[in-house]
Amino acid sequence: MSARPGPASGALRWFDDRTGLAPVVRAGLRKVFPDHWSFLLGEIALFCFVILILTGIFLTFFYVPSAAPVSYEGPYAPMHGREVSAAYESVLRISFETKAGLLMRQIHHWTALLFVAVIVLHLSRVFFTGAFRRPRELNWLMGFTLLALAMALGFTGYSLPDDLLSGTGARIAYSAALSIPFVGPWLAFLGFGGEIPTEAFLARFYVLHIMLLPGLVIALIGAHIGLVVLQKHTQYKGGPAREDNVVGRAFWPGQAFLSTGLFFLTAAIAALLGGLFQINPIWLFGPFDAAIVSSPAQPDWYVGWRDGALRIFPPFEPTVLGSTIPAAFIPGIVIPGAVFTAVALWPFIEAALTGDREPHHLLDRIWEHPGRTATGVAILAFFSVLTLAGGNDVLAFSFGFELEFLTNAFRWLALLLPPVAWIVTWRLCRARLREGERRGPPAAGRAVRRRPDGGFEEVGE
Amino acid sequence: MTVREPGERRTEATVLLLFGLTGACGLGLLVVYALGGQPQVEGVLLFGALGGLGAGIVLWGQRLMPTRVHIEPREPVGGGPEAVAGLQEPLAEEAGFSRRRLLILGLGGALASLAAALAIPVFSLGPAPGRSLFVTAWRAGRRLAPEGGPPVRADEVPIGSVLTVFPDGDDSDPNAATLLIHVGDRPGQAPTPDQFLAFSKICTHAGCPVGLYREQDHVLICPCHQSEFDVLHGAQPLSGPAVRPLPPLPFRLEADGTFTALGDFPEPVGPSFWDMKL
Ligand code: FES
Repeated sequence: MSARPGPASGALRWFDDRTGLAPVVRAGLRKVFPDHWSFLLGEIALFCFVILILTGIFLTFFYVPSAAPVSYEGPYAPMHGREVSAAYESVLRISFETKAGLLMRQIHHWTALLFVAVIVLHLSRVFFTGAFRRPRELNWLMGFTLLALAMALGFTGYSLPDDLLSGTGARIAYSAALSIPFVGPWLAFLGFGGEIPTEAFLARFYVLHIMLLPGLVIALIGAHIGLVVLQKHTQYKGGPAREDNVVGRAFWPGQAFLSTGLFFLTAAIAALLGGLFQINPIWLFGPFDAAIVSSPAQPDWYVGWRDGALRIFPPFEPTVLGSTIPAAFIPGIVIPGAVFTAVALWPFIEAALTGDREPHHLLDRIWEHPGRTATGVAILAFFSVLTLAGGNDVLAFSFGFELEFLTNAFRWLALLLPPVAWIVTWRLCRARLREGERRGPPAAGRAVRRRPDGGFEEVGE
Repeated sequence: MTVREPGERRTEATVLLLFGLTGACGLGLLVVYALGGQPQVEGVLLFGALGGLGAGIVLWGQRLMPTRVHIEPREPVGGGPEAVAGLQEPLAEEAGFSRRRLLILGLGGALASLAAALAIPVFSLGPAPGRSLFVTAWRAGRRLAPEGGPPVRADEVPIGSVLTVFPDGDDSDPNAATLLIHVGDRPGQAPTPDQFLAFSKICTHAGCPVGLYREQDHVLICPCHQSEFDVLHGAQPLSGPAVRPLPPLPFRLEADGTFTALGDFPEPVGPSFWDMKL
């Protein structure tokens, strides 16, 4: 190729002379991205994280992680003269006195809700299409850890304004830690700096929220994407896609433009939510006061299920060999721990169950693996019931049910809906599979070739 | 490509319009900010600015750029047994690890003890639980007082009402929060001069303050997970996930109408923990 001076050739030359990376970058520009909307979910999660970092940096300039009492003298009249913590005061200042502060705060909170939601969707996509199979088990584990970290980030952030609701959330987390046999009291005391409420805990949660957890997330996202580059994307069956190729658009310019645009669109949605829809109006809740709780106290959506589990689990506190198994232990620690562990280890569980340890780069259609799909639907059903149960007082109030009746109904639903959902899903998948068998072999086993007119034709094995 | 289809020109115009929207909204943001700021308007303008940019870029990429399908070969990940053998050779064999079992054990031991020593400062994070979960600030002789106030007198608590009290002059221990309830005449019992009951306010389920009192049937309700406690029967749980009753505070009604604690709660307040009965 002749050295035709292209755009920015001087700068590129300078860059390559010093790094020798021109061929690597070229290969990167040519990296192929299979084209399907569901592959964009992970990107949107990444974009949410970027927005969280940007708005979060803004908030750190004004937030004060201190429980020291101050008298509120700001412009919010109903709070005048009240003794509040410096943390609470600083969040009021961000909301009422800092220009664009309320917008930033609300964008931050809304994006945090979106972040977890999009991660859950992305994880579901990976699960239901079997994208976690060899060689991608590590990436599944990393993605799962990222979900856990995102929830931890949300929880620590929720506690920082030191308002009435955030204090309640922290207290319940403390009690769940306290409930663990043998190590509970130590764990709770070390984690919170003593018996809750403590002065230490705001500063700790702050460091976790703005440094430790985001640092871990950044490192894991790097490794997560790095592995995708090394292993290349999975792809859906059909067209020319096969196990030994990747079909799609190149990173440059197609995917780069799509992703960049998507970033701004994600930010636009976050800005609209943050601008128009009030979230966490802590001035209405009031400052944290250990002796008060507001009712109903609704947590962020992704912790609602644990609240639900605590609500509907029957009163049960046995004494085993003299040691107490606290009421919060099974619903607050054991059940979430078991379900989460099962989800985290699913690639290995499935490989053990099916005996399939081959590498897979072509994705399953959702009905092609009835057992897996049924299990995923059952888990989602379980969490949905628990999440609804987390609002049982609100539901009882708005629909005129007896609380007692609702609680019992949710107990039965939590037990019965997952198995029913499993069976129904399994049968639907089987029916679809059998229909497919009648219609002939699936397209995946056939080789195809591109015709000159752009269409595809079969060429046989 | 210099030849332009009419459709292409229309798309170009749309993209340009979207970028123009971004510019206009950006200017609008500047003006709003200078005028003092208004969250809703800022949010909408930011939406317009970011949305215009995003939509424009997506449209440009999708409509005005070649949509050639690339097919890239995919080699298996990993180089198989030879690659692993090739890695093992410099990694282990050259270093002669197999001949230095003892040294490896020694190194492992040294690293483990160093790790343990470095992990010990974790215990600086909090005090040892010790007996602190078993006690509150209540002592015999302390009078019951609302937060920051003087000791409460019986005639200040009307029948059917609840007051949150702490040890007089010391509200530093939030876990000492106690509900003083004036229940009035107890149904089915001869009226007694002491129609007052006092229970810990910390829910025995997960530690929320038990904030609601239903006067008609003398039931305390925890708003967190709706545990209900029967005030007239030792605050036994009636429904909900709590198992233990709210511990009662022993107290005496003095001649001057104030209340004096006779000691701490007889058992730990708040959520249970494993060694509470040991
Ligand atoms: S904390 Fe009171 S019911 Fe759970």
